[in-house]
Amino acid sequence: MATVRTGVRAVAAVLAVALGVTLTACSATGGKRAEDARKAAAAAEGRANVTTPRWTFAMVTHSGDGDTFWDIVQKGARQAAAKDNINFLYAHSDEGQQQAQLVDSYVDKKVDGLIVTLAKPDALKASVARAVAAGIPVITVNSGSAQSKAYGALTHIGQDEAIAGQAVGDELDRRGRTKALCVLHEQGNVGHEQRCSGVRETFDGTLQNLYVDGTNMPDVQASIEAKLQSDPAIDAVVTLGAPFADAAAQARRTAGSQAQIATFDLNAKVAAGLGAGTLAFAVDQQPYLQGYEAVDLLWLHRYNADVLGGGRPVLTGPQIITEKDAKALTAYTERGTR
Amino acid sequence: MTAVTAPPAERDPAGGERPAQAAPLRRLLTRPELGSVVGAVAVFLFFALTADGFLRAASLGTVLYAASTIGIMAVPVALLMIGGEFDLSAGVLVTTSALVSSMFSYQMTANAWVGVAVSLLVTLAVGLFNGFMLTRTRLPSFIITLGTFLMLTGLNLGLTKLISGTVSTKTIADMEGFASARAVFASEATIGGATLKVTVLWWLALVAAATWILLRTRFGNRVFAVGGNAEAARAVGVPVRRTKTLLYMGVGFCAWVSGQHLLFSYEVVQSGEGVGNELIYIIAAVIGGCLITGGYGSAVGAAVGACIFGMTSKGIVYAEWNPDWFKFFLGAMLLLATLLNAWVRKRAEATA
Repeated sequence: MATVRTGVRAVAAVLAVALGVTLTACSATGGKRAEDARKAAAAAEGRANVTTPRWTFAMVTHSGDGDTFWDIVQKGARQAAAKDNINFLYAHSDEGQQQAQLVDSYVDKKVDGLIVTLAKPDALKASVARAVAAGIPVITVNSGSAQSKAYGALTHIGQDEAIAGQAVGDELDRRGRTKALCVLHEQGNVGHEQRCSGVRETFDGTLQNLYVDGTNMPDVQASIEAKLQSDPAIDAVVTLGAPFADAAAQARRTAGSQAQIATFDLNAKVAAGLGAGTLAFAVDQQPYLQGYEAVDLLWLHRYNADVLGGGRPVLTGPQIITEKDAKALTAYTERGTR
Repeated sequence: MTAVTAPPAERDPAGGERPAQAAPLRRLLTRPELGSVVGAVAVFLFFALTADGFLRAASLGTVLYAASTIGIMAVPVALLMIGGEFDLSAGVLVTTSALVSSMFSYQMTANAWVGVAVSLLVTLAVGLFNGFMLTRTRLPSFIITLGTFLMLTGLNLGLTKLISGTVSTKTIADMEGFASARAVFASEATIGGATLKVTVLWWLALVAAATWILLRTRFGNRVFAVGGNAEAARAVGVPVRRTKTLLYMGVGFCAWVSGQHLLFSYEVVQSGEGVGNELIYIIAAVIGGCLITGGYGSAVGAAVGACIFGMTSKGIVYAEWNPDWFKFFLGAMLLLATLLNAWVRKRAEATA
């Protein structure tokens, strides 16, 4: 009994201490208060700028839960929807079949416009065809540039993964790198493979793939560390998602490596890393633009029968971001639109 | 509580202490971690011979780090398993711990340590909830913790989005208390070319504490008793509910340590992380000799299981193998370790 009672007592003690600390200790730096101070001046939430009928547009993506990237896409779409007087609906599933069912249900709802991602094109083919047959204009975003037109979509808005990879290869060459590592955080993701092989096409040095478990950050770091230790000749690391760039930077430090680190996509941490010089460069595909442009284009199509791209994908990237752009972008990454 | 005052030698027939007259070899054979130690040595030798650079000090530091992040959670998961239950919410609870800490400090503009304390309360509360639900409803732990797992996954996403406006937290690196908290949860030291992370110390301390609790305290006997036969344990006066609830709170405590490490080493936390890690903790405990049916196992075994995990996942990188096969190796190892454990135990019991 004694042990158990001690346990209960310990818990009670922790409770008391935590409550006490909560009531007294405040941080003079950072935090919400600092953010509010920054925000105080700028308060420009989207307000409808048009008096066109209130149309309903729906967006269905292949995003998993809690993905920062798709959060930014959604933010762009919502702000464009607010401006265009659009009722905006959003749903997502990383299972192809479920994503198709979500598209079907929006077609049943007879929405006025549809935005879909074609990460798993075959699974979505029938559903997109149903939407087109029902007279609903469809715009594809992010992935599926190859299938978009054939499936009957108006336009594709996104980054060509191979072209983005090639841009990274060129940049690595410009920086005189000779041996690079491509860190893939999802095994079996076609887009990831395309990015790495894009880098391989233009990069004059050698590029190795490294697969890591993206849901386990310490594992990502330890894997990169292990790779850098086993091959000190590696002088560049390319991560495929913004959250993994920091893990790579820490791995480089602990492994005592001199490798430069580059990443696909952007977040506040990456912008800070670029500014501080711990990251060499980032390739942004501007997810905000993908959401924003898709809604805006659907609106333009409804209002004015406009189509963009002339049957070719409209590219939102790659945009290479380095130290000199970082400062300007920091504020935007912090509010979650870059 | 006088019912549980038997001398240590007779208290836990399966796991820890054996009567002094037992032959040393047979005593060794009945240790739950025996199979995993043999496996760990084999895996170590294998990679030492085949993987270039595996034996370097720096590499071993990396392997230890990988093992420690699994190992910290494998300890309470093993204890829980010895107590006859398991916890599917352990993986996302680590993420919850990091999220709560970060968001509380940020939103309240409070010292980082306040968030750390609040986070401990939350993780202990989740453990308490799991234990309470389990012991009151008498539903299997699979159902209870599956429910908690799903609810926590949803809360992690929903609350983070609601409070922060995005699905990852904002950085608290510029806040007071961050530096000292980082020193406690995410510091590192370079010893002879190897970078040793503080998680390794946390891990060793937790293994030592858990081993002491299991083998030298009354609570430890109760853990073996409720895992072996809960009804019999209840009949002799063991507080089954309290024991199981405390075990779940132990998972909460270690998830707190683990989560704070995540937060203070990466500064921002993505809310979708952690899913799937609960199985890795369970695998480490099972490879380490814990019986999934309860009543048998050790904390040291779980640590060895985590070592095997760390060595395999990083050894494949050092050996430059195709990692597509990693999960296959892991599954095969799990089966082998379990079979070996079962065989050793049967042999030991047959010669008893």
